[in-house]
Amino acid sequence: MFPELNDLLNASPDRAEPGKLTLLCDAETDGSFLVHHFLSFYLKANCKVCFVALVQSFSHYNIVGQKLGVSLTTARERGQLVFLEGLRSAVDIFFRAEGKAHPLQFLREAKAASLQPLYEFVREALEPVDQGEAAWKRPVLLVDDLSVLLSLGVGVVAVLDFIHYCRACVCCRLQGNIVALVHDSGDAEDEESDVLLNGLSHQSHLVLRAEGLATGFCRDVHGQLRVLWRTPSPPAQRGRSLTFQYKIQDKSVSFFAKGLSPAVL
Amino acid sequence: MLESLLGPGGLVLLRDSVEWEGRSLLKALVRRAALRGERVHVLGCEVSEEEFREGFDSGTNSRLVYHDLFRDPLNWSNTGEALPGGPLGVLRALCTRTGPGPVTIALDSLSWLLLHLPCTTLCQTLHALSRQDSRPDDSSPVERVHVLGLLHEELHGPGPVETLSSLAQTEVTLSGSGDQASAHILCRRPQHRPTHKIQWFTILPDFSLDLQGGSPLKSQPHPDPRTHPVDPTSHLTFNLHLSKKEKEAKDSLTLPFQFSSEKQQALLCRGLGQATSHIFYEPDAYDDLDQEDPDDDLDI
Repeated sequence: MFPELNDLLNASPDRAEPGKLTLLCDAETDGSFLVHHFLSFYLKANCKVCFVALVQSFSHYNIVGQKLGVSLTTARERGQLVFLEGLRSAVDIFFRAEGKAHPLQFLREAKAASLQPLYEFVREALEPVDQGEAAWKRPVLLVDDLSVLLSLGVGVVAVLDFIHYCRACVCCRLQGNIVALVHDSGDAEDEESDVLLNGLSHQSHLVLRAEGLATGFCRDVHGQLRVLWRTPSPPAQRGRSLTFQYKIQDKSVSFFAKGLSPAVL
Repeated sequence: MLESLLGPGGLVLLRDSVEWEGRSLLKALVRRAALRGERVHVLGCEVSEEEFREGFDSGTNSRLVYHDLFRDPLNWSNTGEALPGGPLGVLRALCTRTGPGPVTIALDSLSWLLLHLPCTTLCQTLHALSRQDSRPDDSSPVERVHVLGLLHEELHGPGPVETLSSLAQTEVTLSGSGDQASAHILCRRPQHRPTHKIQWFTILPDFSLDLQGGSPLKSQPHPDPRTHPVDPTSHLTFNLHLSKKEKEAKDSLTLPFQFSSEKQQALLCRGLGQATSHIFYEPDAYDDLDQEDPDDDLDI
């Protein structure tokens, strides 16, 4: 996890707020550093994490995690981390016998109707086990990322329903958190992506949006991060919004106010 | 604004966006209806019952009937706890509710229903919902049914949004500037012209509405008490002010190109032979003094 980002969000592993949906969004840049941040954040906070990783392999996340001070292999062996490796298990569907529905069962269906098997997988992974060590704090669901599901042919409503059910189960019933990454293609013709992004924004409590700089690529400033605190229900003031610029280094990310990059000062 | 929203009955459409959320306003209106003694039915699809009831006092909560479509709307858990008929069944059941007194139905949210039901079915059901007061066979006094629908504008194309808008008697579009929220209210009543109003408001923690009169741009922003306004005219390296003597000298100065009466006199008096100035000229060795007048050939 990146300590500077924790300061910005006023969060720390020992005081993670329960029942929150955090939406990560990236536009014209790669927002996966936020996924690595939250993965290591919640592992360090001693939470039980279910990670639906559809984009990269386990070893990729493990290598980055080790730079940030967590070992995914150890966490998986201890039972703290349940990892669904999409790239590998997608192939398993075709070579297994008929039985219980595979989480990625929608890949076999001509018209992918619902993500219920995936939801069942998440629910079983995060359901508290009575007899085992109840050492873990609240459950956390991490998804990287939801736009891949759209590309694989799942409808927008099905993805929204999946997150709806996850929210009902993980956030409301189990008092856990959800973190999901969505890409903003910026393409005016991609209506499904827009509907997905807006639909999730309406449901989330915190929206982190990583954007590329409007002026193009820069060696010292890799992008801009907009943080929007939303409270869907209580009548607080309009959500606070802050904007920072960042630079990704080998083991950390440094944040600074707009225009105040150390390279420029 | 409140009376005009809940007065005539029919569908009130609350259009919100990601930046300006509308659920607080919906809850404020629900509380208002409950405080007036109406029964309130809430069809909750997007938030849990606990979250929706949060912030309400016990009186409001006792009048609120929450139809939970949040926990298991599509019957994935197969436990039989889901409401029968799914979302459409619940909506149709609300249409046939009878009972004394006015009723308010809050739909949270119409966007969810629009994503899961065909637009035409939803519109027909909404029409039936809001027209309960005009049943021809009913001899009892007309009960007003208020339907409050929350719609997230960005999730739908212009077609469904305009369709719902045409069904609505009142449309409230939420926006704002800075920290202040505003509601653009469009009211359509039969045999009247549509009326527009922009109302600035704040919602207090107990979900009561605080209406502000004018736009917040008219009121000056209060200066931050911690930072004192800096006087830019202090510590200058040049003099910005004039002393009294300097002011008098400045006022009495005649400008060079101003034609005053003194100047006129001076010009006129010059021809009286007063030799006011002489020109002394010593020609150099190289000067070529040509006595000819170069203007001789001009025919003046």
